[in-house]
Amino acid sequence: MKTFVDLFHQIDQTAKTTEKVEALTSYLSSASDEDKVWTIALFTGKHPKRIATSTQLKLWAAELAQIPYWLIEESHHIVGDLSETIANVLPDYPNPSNRSLSEWMLALTAVKKQDEERRKAFLIEAWTSFTKHERFVFNKLTSGAFRMGVSQQLVVKAITRHSGIPENTITHRLMGNWSPIDTNYHSLIVASNPLDAISKPYPFCLAYGLETPLETLGTTNEWQAEYKWDGIRAQLILRNKEVFIWSRGEELITAQYPEFANLPNNLPNGTVIDGELLVYKDDRPLPFAAMQKRIGLKKVTAKNLAQSPIVLMAYDLLEYNGEDIREQPLQTRRLLLQKLIEAAHESSSDIPLHLSQAIAFDYWDQLVQERSNAPTIGSEGLMLKRLSSIYETGRKKGNWWKWKVDPMTVDAVLIYAQSGSGRRANLYTDYTFAVWNEEGALVPFAKAYSGLTDAEIKEVDQWIKKNTIDKFGPVRSVKAELVFEIAFEAIQESKRHKSGIAVRFPRILRWRKDKPASEADTLENLRKSIQQ
Amino acid sequence: MALVEITDYGLFCAQAGVYIDPWKPVERALITHAHSDHARYGHKSYLVHHHSIPLLQKRLGNQYYMGIEYGELVNINGVQFSFHPAGHVLGSAQIRLAYKGEIWCISGDYKLQEDGVSMPFEPVKCNTFVTESTFGLPVFNWANPTKVFNEINHWWHQQASQKRTAIIFAYSLGKAQRILKGINHDIGKVWVHNAVHELNEAHVQVGIKLKPWEVLTIDAKPQPGDLIIAPTSAETEGWLKRFAPCATASASGWMAIRGTRRRSSADRGFVLSDHADWIGLNTAIKSTQCENVWVTHGYAATFSKWLRENGLNAIDIQTPFTDQPVMDLPTEN
Repeated sequence: MKTFVDLFHQIDQTAKTTEKVEALTSYLSSASDEDKVWTIALFTGKHPKRIATSTQLKLWAAELAQIPYWLIEESHHIVGDLSETIANVLPDYPNPSNRSLSEWMLALTAVKKQDEERRKAFLIEAWTSFTKHERFVFNKLTSGAFRMGVSQQLVVKAITRHSGIPENTITHRLMGNWSPIDTNYHSLIVASNPLDAISKPYPFCLAYGLETPLETLGTTNEWQAEYKWDGIRAQLILRNKEVFIWSRGEELITAQYPEFANLPNNLPNGTVIDGELLVYKDDRPLPFAAMQKRIGLKKVTAKNLAQSPIVLMAYDLLEYNGEDIREQPLQTRRLLLQKLIEAAHESSSDIPLHLSQAIAFDYWDQLVQERSNAPTIGSEGLMLKRLSSIYETGRKKGNWWKWKVDPMTVDAVLIYAQSGSGRRANLYTDYTFAVWNEEGALVPFAKAYSGLTDAEIKEVDQWIKKNTIDKFGPVRSVKAELVFEIAFEAIQESKRHKSGIAVRFPRILRWRKDKPASEADTLENLRKSIQQ
Repeated sequence: MALVEITDYGLFCAQAGVYIDPWKPVERALITHAHSDHARYGHKSYLVHHHSIPLLQKRLGNQYYMGIEYGELVNINGVQFSFHPAGHVLGSAQIRLAYKGEIWCISGDYKLQEDGVSMPFEPVKCNTFVTESTFGLPVFNWANPTKVFNEINHWWHQQASQKRTAIIFAYSLGKAQRILKGINHDIGKVWVHNAVHELNEAHVQVGIKLKPWEVLTIDAKPQPGDLIIAPTSAETEGWLKRFAPCATASASGWMAIRGTRRRSSADRGFVLSDHADWIGLNTAIKSTQCENVWVTHGYAATFSKWLRENGLNAIDIQTPFTDQPVMDLPTEN
């Protein structure tokens, strides 16, 4: 466990990716195979579920530290991280444990199934066998939300440096739903066995937002333009007569979308399509809210299928006849994709598979027009892809660009603030914004966390501390004075929100120091944009 | 009427007609220590521990200062005053007031750890204890300073072996001298920012033994492997460029919180504080055997609630003392 804790702190203490990769590589070369697998799992988002609720954790830690529960809670509000709070209210214990990371993780997995008393005893035993540093990392591991300042790409880089196996191969081997409990390092990383890979997706190719004028991209005939859809980015895999659907978050979501169960009759084996899952009705996609309803369903009924039918809007073809074609140019891949979809539609009348149409254009200006029309057909903008580009791994600049419709904006008043966590702990960074209603009262309508510079965050934080009207637990209500321009992607009616509206992806565009609160926008204005 | 009350000007003893650490200009001020949120500009007279005088002179220039020794008794209109070591920074004092059998102790800022520079904290028995609560939460518990200095030395040594200049940001009064004294000078040469240099001299002037330092003048050229001690206010991009390649660290109690540490622009954070930690605050209060506690700057509401639950008559009072003393010396090199 000690070496893993050291690794955690090495990575935590640096912002330089080269140093992170170095730390990880050197850890891999000294760790046991069991610890390696667990480390790879933990660093790529496969962490165990938590074994206690945060209330239980606070109760047990308070008892052990001999302080009242409210004091742990108060400390948690200020520290912004429960793992750290519990680590710090207890002393360094002098009999450090010798259990390895994998031993701890297996013990953790085993105790998960036991009753509350046993889980409590396990945690207390663990807490009292660690130094503060170790306890903090342990708590993070057991919190059910372990995150590290390391992207999957960095993990892949380190494994490649350690094993000598190419990055693309490693990325692919790490995908899918393997579990560190029954996977060993050799079979995961070293051995290549195509049979256990039938459900394995390819890493998604992601695009950056376009930052420069269209003209800088070069000549129009090198580019493909298509609409950008707001659903769930997914990969549809058809191998061995079986269908698998993966979300971009690397979740296997096949069971939630029975629409695709019959596809083995319509598509050849060895097909992998990259696309967007959308609720599609009367020849057009429904807003994301409709999709959200489907996402939340535990069991999909016939009624759900009728009310919100799903299609895959196909963007790209990654595997054709069982062959990985990602290195072929987009142009070629698209032709094959089109052929597959056409053949599928010929084989049956009701195929939940649409080709994302390329937009014909000769001049860049035409795309400006197309982009502004996008919302009328339920699209959120355009995607630009270089026709000669290969299907890359991860987010790369140059060949793929997203060019979204300009967001809607509103000037809103800051009314509540809460301190953030992690890097923003002990700093008021989570804001709730309000607009004026017809009675002249401020109604909260959106929460936003990002968009300010560090210097602005500091300034707002100071202001909040000086202008607090009331405190409710971690939340402060503040004087209605600061105005911010809030951008968002879409707006819908909502019965759940006091304001009657819900906005998608709200974020702070800028601080309107020039505007008094009285000149902020009205709810009426916001409602108008729903109808548009 | 209580012996001490809180007014718009600060803590006031009406019987003696004096203020303690007032935040607005007054006739007669008794000052616990030389940090700028406690010792402000504009009072007609300053009664301080005599070690604070050269420090104040650097900051506030020539004023009417009166120095007093720890334990020396001063009678002002029947109230007996005395200053007692607070262990916070050089010359820091807890101010004891006794009048008709009632005893108050206004402790200013204090810590129980020994720092090798200031006179260690001495508990003062009293009825009412006025305490800070900068780190008045159970999550703040300091490691042994020896361990922290080992960490600093290790880090400095690492930078030296990679041919980088190591820069530590720390308050120029107190923390800087403590670091200068605590680190291993065998690793390399130590440079200090001018603000630190002037305060170092004030220390030497009253007989405090520090360790050798070089002044970081405008044309000074520290070599890779050297260490620089500078106040946080010195850190600007242009300033840092002078010393590239370099690594930065911050030494403060706030570095105990990971969020603060990661937010700070420094590469590393060392948990080193001149304030009492949770256990320190509780130990100090117990050792005064007081019945009443006034809790000032920091987590006053939380800490006073905790004290009340432990049988003390504690209230939180609002003061403009900050948790981040700033030395308003010129930051030019």
